[in-house]
Amino acid sequence: MFDAPGPRSRRRVFWVSAVSASVLAGLVALGLRQFALNGQLDPARWRPYLTWPVWRYLLDGLGSTVLAACATGVLAAAGGLVLALRPNRFTRAYAEVMRTVPVLLLVYVMLFVLPSFGVNLPLFWKLVVPLALSHAASYAVIFRAGVSSVDPGQREAGLSLGMPDGVVTRFVVLPQAVRHMTPLLVTQAVSLLKDTSLGYVVSYTELLFNGRVLANYNGLLIQTFIVVAFVYLVVNLGLSRLAHRLEAARARTAR
Amino acid sequence: MSLVLEGFLNTVALTLLSFCGALLVGLLVAVLRIVPVPLLRAIGAVYVEVWRNIPLLAWLVLFVFGLPEVGVTMPLFWTAFLAISLYEAAFVAEALRSGVNSVASGQGEAARALGLSLRQSLRHVVLPQASRRVVQPLANIAIALTMATALAGVVGVVDMTRAAQRINLELAQPLLVFTGVGLCYLVMAAGIGFGARALERRLA
Repeated sequence: MFDAPGPRSRRRVFWVSAVSASVLAGLVALGLRQFALNGQLDPARWRPYLTWPVWRYLLDGLGSTVLAACATGVLAAAGGLVLALRPNRFTRAYAEVMRTVPVLLLVYVMLFVLPSFGVNLPLFWKLVVPLALSHAASYAVIFRAGVSSVDPGQREAGLSLGMPDGVVTRFVVLPQAVRHMTPLLVTQAVSLLKDTSLGYVVSYTELLFNGRVLANYNGLLIQTFIVVAFVYLVVNLGLSRLAHRLEAARARTAR
Repeated sequence: MSLVLEGFLNTVALTLLSFCGALLVGLLVAVLRIVPVPLLRAIGAVYVEVWRNIPLLAWLVLFVFGLPEVGVTMPLFWTAFLAISLYEAAFVAEALRSGVNSVASGQGEAARALGLSLRQSLRHVVLPQASRRVVQPLANIAIALTMATALAGVVGVVDMTRAAQRINLELAQPLLVFTGVGLCYLVMAAGIGFGARALERRLA
């Protein structure tokens, strides 16, 4: 969208960079000063996060987070597949409702409503079931987009070879659709992983909940949650990068 | 019953204010990501990646419990507003950026070939075409934001979801309470969708 910079705009770029770098440095300094004034930069408050037991506890939480995300992913993908392949009034209404109702509301239903009807699941499922119910709708959207991205000629070719409809879907359309969908599926995994932080509400011992327990135990609130946020960032950034690479690879083969 | 009203009003206020905040910050970040200055682009990219890859609940917890620890105190509602706005701004920025990028590069080139300056080509050629394409993605973000405000209830803001849970403790009529609240969210989302379609028609 821009011309190659000439000498004048290169000078301008230089000055804009210089000014914004100093503004940024100023903001960071201001933030650090605020931390220092309140004694939050004290090395003693950060040292626990260089020790193995604390990290083992957090990584335990990360393990539970990943476990919950995987279980949710499998359930939601299965549900999404059903929703996508059987488009009727009910499945469309379901997707519409799930797109607008907060997961937290479903979690509360699990926590406070169903027990009074005699349904009391273990903590793990109290987190996974609402997440799966809600994410199934997102998976359905991805699957539908994936299936419709496959050239209709492929299905017609399969049918004209005498394959039954189900066989065409399973062996001709879906394999191609999956290739188109993989980047989106990875992106969805990021959002799933983030949503498992609702374990904080359910008291399921995932990463954020473990962070809360740790902060209550050692009183290092801000340090704990910054470290927890950092762990989320590293994991999800890895997944985002993967999605990016898959997308680039797909764009190459599509040509 | 006043709890219902309080929760509903808080959810609506938080949604509207946070969306405005997210639009403002998102616009700024999108501009940072588009301008031809490498440093500003990098700042914009880092902002988006950092905010998008950490769960909103972690941000809310960090802001609500962390800010007082570094000497920044403000009312709970505004802390939640700040966290939600900054979080959704990352998504708004991405939506705006991909809207601008979706305008065929030939359009910008044609504008330049006609001798339009950068500002002119943005204002008269690129942005009018991009604005139409960002309405739907922005509406989706607004709906996601409506749902996200429920998380503010976890850190203590009395929003609709939180109110529902408290009322349910008193009334013990879970089906009625939770269905009612679910319907409220549906109505809000329908309103956003309706507004977006009207806006799209006007821009078309």
